[in-house]
Amino acid sequence: MTPAVRLCLAGIRKSFGATRALQSVSLEIAPGEVHALIGENGAGKSTLMKVLSGAHAADAGTMTLGGRPYLPENPHDARRKGVAMIYQELNLALHLSAQENILLGAESARGGWIDRRHSRERARAALAQLGHENLDLSRLAGEFSIAEQQIIEIARALLIQPQVLIMDEPTSSLTQADTEKLFAVIGRLRGQGVSVIYISHFLEECRLIADRYTVLKDGETVGTGAMAGASLDHIVTLMTGREVKDLYPRTARAAGPVVLTVQTAVSPPRLRRASLEVRAGEIFGLAGLIGAGRTDLLRAIFALDRLSAGDVCIVGAPAGRASPRERWRQGVGFLSENRKEEGLMLNQSIADNLTLPKMGDLGHLGLVRGGEQRRIAQRWLGELRVKCRDADQPIGQLSGGNQQKVALARLLEHPARIFLLDEPTRGIDVGSKAQIYQLVSELAAAGKAVVVVSSYLPELLGLCDTIGVMCRGELTVVRPRARWSEVEIMRVATGST
Amino acid sequence: MKATLKTILAKGGPFLGLVLVIAFFALPAETREFFLTYNNFKIILTQTVIVAIGALGMTLIIVSGGIDLSVGSAVALTSVVGAMLIQRGWGPAPVLAVVILSGGVIGLLNGLAIAGLRMTPFIITLGTLGVARGTAKWLADNQTVNYDGSPINGWMTTADPFSRALPDGVWVAIGLAALTSLLLRNTVFGRHVFALGSNEATARLCGIPTVRLKVLIYALAGCFFGLAGLFQLSRLRQGDPTVAVGLELDIIASVIIGGASLNGGVGTVLGSMIGALIMAVLRNGSQQMGWPTYFQEIIIGLVIIVAVFVDRLRRNPAGS
Repeated sequence: MTPAVRLCLAGIRKSFGATRALQSVSLEIAPGEVHALIGENGAGKSTLMKVLSGAHAADAGTMTLGGRPYLPENPHDARRKGVAMIYQELNLALHLSAQENILLGAESARGGWIDRRHSRERARAALAQLGHENLDLSRLAGEFSIAEQQIIEIARALLIQPQVLIMDEPTSSLTQADTEKLFAVIGRLRGQGVSVIYISHFLEECRLIADRYTVLKDGETVGTGAMAGASLDHIVTLMTGREVKDLYPRTARAAGPVVLTVQTAVSPPRLRRASLEVRAGEIFGLAGLIGAGRTDLLRAIFALDRLSAGDVCIVGAPAGRASPRERWRQGVGFLSENRKEEGLMLNQSIADNLTLPKMGDLGHLGLVRGGEQRRIAQRWLGELRVKCRDADQPIGQLSGGNQQKVALARLLEHPARIFLLDEPTRGIDVGSKAQIYQLVSELAAAGKAVVVVSSYLPELLGLCDTIGVMCRGELTVVRPRARWSEVEIMRVATGST
Repeated sequence: MKATLKTILAKGGPFLGLVLVIAFFALPAETREFFLTYNNFKIILTQTVIVAIGALGMTLIIVSGGIDLSVGSAVALTSVVGAMLIQRGWGPAPVLAVVILSGGVIGLLNGLAIAGLRMTPFIITLGTLGVARGTAKWLADNQTVNYDGSPINGWMTTADPFSRALPDGVWVAIGLAALTSLLLRNTVFGRHVFALGSNEATARLCGIPTVRLKVLIYALAGCFFGLAGLFQLSRLRQGDPTVAVGLELDIIASVIIGGASLNGGVGTVLGSMIGALIMAVLRNGSQQMGWPTYFQEIIIGLVIIVAVFVDRLRRNPAGS
């Protein structure tokens, strides 16, 4: 017989030096339960998961698994005891086959030689458990889509017959359709009695998939309950400790003249055809599945990618060579969807990151005035309420939300007239999100033009005046926001008519 | 207490290393008497000049996220060019200018190939390592280029070897180090070099002309290597196309010991200069201890590994 509670945490505390990451966390999960763990960035979710998966030892508190004390010494030990974790950043050896990845570290072998047939059976069995027995096991992991790679990773976790599976932001890079498939997989696991801890920023998702929820704030459990009876407003209030009445503020604004036109732009391989017009004081949303060419369109507008046909025109600015440098001069600013790899110089200071595009203007006879640079940075840090030590702190040490605010401040300081924002709220906490929505709508009210790419439909519908939907590299339909719904956007984005 | 130790390590790591190395050779009775003399330090400083000037250029390149393996060959080629010009009766000033420029041209070609063809600096400069060395031998007709005499011969020595004065080369290196440090830390160009090395994609996104910047960095570094070639010529008093084989490794080691990261975005001129001094002190001290050269090579190799390991410790404190 199975106990009513599979995993039980009580009074967990963990400090790093003077920082108390976890104050008093309790959590109870039944077999076959999907449990959403919710909290802003910095609330202690990651630390808690590291304690659970054996990467850190708790300072105080008790953990029991299946009624017995659970004290993992390291991640490997945790796996052996039945707790597996799927990280947000997938951990696959992209040059090995799907099968080799699934069996990595647990290969079937006889005297050091791989037993291929047995390996294949085990990998196949793990995939069958997920309902994906048709996946081609001999293909290289790198050739699969992100969604399929995630399935491979889950299959690897299943090899050890886990009692508890922890998933950290599993849908952050999935399309809606893949998210639904993932939910089907989670549903199967639930049916097989696996307990799933589901961490996500997307509250709507949590409501769809989870049976119960626990909210963390400042390292403490501040609420827990059944998902069915809970309202999202209630959960958001628990997370932020304040009432978020209107997440998407709508400022009074009127569209002005056209400031950006794109005419039948083509940029191989992904952008096949797109035309659009954006007016001053307008927020233009770009929806579509991942890989539909939204990012490619923004990059082409900012001249990061070359156009093979068509034209981008920044109205009211002197025409120049199409280069990012020229676009800054013309008053265009671009916010990358990829903060770590493209958007920011993680080991450089906040001040350097913020003022990079205009260092030339800050200079005097080629010398950069550090005081002036810091003064500018300090002003934005105050204005956008960025949590940091000072402007000299390396930006890599800040939380995602605070990094994003600095990346935005770069465009604000420039100052840009046209903002190209690619996934501006990806992976950041609700508080910062609300602040960025506020900021964007104020920009529009001040007569700036904003183009927003987002995979999160409520955000697009809440924020934008006009929405265009891309499908397979083409910008197919552009309409005012009032004439779109989530269902309608998905219908166009998936090409189903 | 722990925090202050960390700050000392972080700020003065290479400097501490230099003090340690000097102390190591100053303590044994057999070397103490001569090692800790003004004259010996004059010798060490003079022996550092070529590596130090090369390390100035290399610091620019490594901070920008690149690497240049062709330095030894560039030094040989430029010193041959200098010797041939002196042979033809050129005066020191035009020789200086042309030698520096020829180094700059090699760097310019490296930069154009790296930025223009979008190839990795390691491959391109591995190629120019061969090309420049071969060209030097070709120009010199596979032998040393000798000349009667030139004021350039005096730039690495003092008229009276026992005088307190330092050779011109040492002052040039010190002056250039100060200027390069200023260039890297306080100018728009320097901050862009850091940006390029820290994250090239961000640099491009922020409108920095990354292609032009790269070409400029390699060309400027090439000028430093040309000057190093001139001091090589001054030291040998002849142009030798087979000189300075493997010099690039000493120079790269100096920059790395000085705290720069091969991943780019990190490094200081002061650190690189101390790194160059550490290498010179190690050589000088080992000679005075009477150690064979192979032993010196082993020691220097180990010091590089230890330096980088200590550097990693102080960047990522234990536990994470």
